[in-house]
Amino acid sequence: MQDLDIEANTYNDSVVRQFSIMAVVWGVVGMLVGVIIAAQLVWPELNLGLPWTSFGRLRPLHTNAVIFAFGGCTLFATSYYVVQRTCQVKLFCGKLASFTFWGWQLVILAAAISLPLGYTQAKEYAELEWPIDILIAVVWVSYAIVFFGTIAKRKVKHIYVANWFFGAFILTVALLHIVNSAASPASFTKSYSAYAGVQDAMVQWWYGHNAVGFFLTAGFLGIMYYFVPKQANRPVYSYSLSIVHFWALIFTYMWAGPHHLHYTALPDWTQSLGMAFSLILLAPSWGGMINGMMTMSGAWHKLRTDPILRFMIVSLSFYGMSTFEGPMMAIKTVNSLSHYTDWTVGHVHSGALGWVGLVSMGALYYMVPRLFGQKQMHSMKAIEMHFWLATVGIVLYISSLWISGVMEGLMWRAINTDGTLTYTFVESVKAKHPYYMIRLLGGLLYLSGMIIMLWNVLKTATSGKAATATIPAVTAHA
Amino acid sequence: MDINTLRIVTTVVSFIVFIGILIWVWRNRNTSDFKDAANLPFKDD
Repeated sequence: MQDLDIEANTYNDSVVRQFSIMAVVWGVVGMLVGVIIAAQLVWPELNLGLPWTSFGRLRPLHTNAVIFAFGGCTLFATSYYVVQRTCQVKLFCGKLASFTFWGWQLVILAAAISLPLGYTQAKEYAELEWPIDILIAVVWVSYAIVFFGTIAKRKVKHIYVANWFFGAFILTVALLHIVNSAASPASFTKSYSAYAGVQDAMVQWWYGHNAVGFFLTAGFLGIMYYFVPKQANRPVYSYSLSIVHFWALIFTYMWAGPHHLHYTALPDWTQSLGMAFSLILLAPSWGGMINGMMTMSGAWHKLRTDPILRFMIVSLSFYGMSTFEGPMMAIKTVNSLSHYTDWTVGHVHSGALGWVGLVSMGALYYMVPRLFGQKQMHSMKAIEMHFWLATVGIVLYISSLWISGVMEGLMWRAINTDGTLTYTFVESVKAKHPYYMIRLLGGLLYLSGMIIMLWNVLKTATSGKAATATIPAVTAHA
Repeated sequence: MDINTLRIVTTVVSFIVFIGILIWVWRNRNTSDFKDAANLPFKDD
């Protein structure tokens, strides 16, 4: 009986442990595939002449692995960790939470098998075929039930801002996934989109951009709003600002998708609308960045000694940079230069490696020792080293692709006095070769940091043991 | 009702709600509620 009481008075951290470990494992796998395809762009022979290892099949494997396996597991782990601690209750329906873990791993496994085999719906970031889509929908609805069920039985009055961001991320991703994946199956492995022509393109990029906005932004802002204050040991700079920029983000993000379809068959007014809302988005994005940064005010000296805090704060500076760059690239005249070039790839990675990657690593370094009953990670030196490898890797990656992107954009639009093109397409490809080498080097550095992290996490986990955290007995009503 | 009227109404109502949120936050900016809320992550240790 007493055991049952203890069981009821503790947080459910076993599912958090499972997701945290797998986040790091999938991080290594996904980034390794990224490095392989970056090498294929330098040396095309590395596709080995096999269909299963060709760039076109490995690239979606890379994006799915880093976004949905690494990013997804991190979001599950952190949201389950944060929602319990800020609501001061045990996770709602532990069995269903456990199902979300095994279901999500099954989705990842199915993606890792089906994508190299060439089964795809050919929608970017939504490639997985319909049977996997249905499994994703089932897991996601279970996730929503666990998360909102926990919020419903909370012991504190207020719902902390991190949970608002996590909640928005969970609801919106459900909506986006179900609408964009609507398709009529032709067989078990083949389906056709429910939409056609430019409507299909608009639905896809409404999905695609909001996947960036809610999966890769709102969810990770939820992480930022809990782990930055905790690691800096001071409350968030302005709670009012967090409410305002949350709602500004919610009301504007949904409209920005058309900037992916500038100068296409999409009606011109829709393109301009997407561009205007993308420019407005700068305000809510920087609201979050400033709020995170200013939480450090008066405690900046902590950055000198605390590498975990450094991960989080440098992550916020990359968030600020890429959310300035994004609206700029959404301006139609800028987009006419940048679209279809490496600049876009560089921009995405400044957000993905810089913002999403670094804040995830910071949060995982915060959680892992606590989950395994340790005071700190096995090696703080290794965290320090990981930080520098990752940061130098990102800088090499994004600056080389800025140069190669702007260069190829200028080469494509250069015309001679008689109106003919100055450069052939293959000349622009050849000119990019050295920059692809630098990008590969940047990716290699970033991956090697992640491998050090895996070693560090496994060492911490095996030298400790699963810790049970007790829910505070007396709860003040906030 | 025309579907476009419904779309316009939704957009305008959303905008008014957002302005309402701004005013509500501004009037409550110095209340202890927000201060307590910001300290929620520190309640469990």
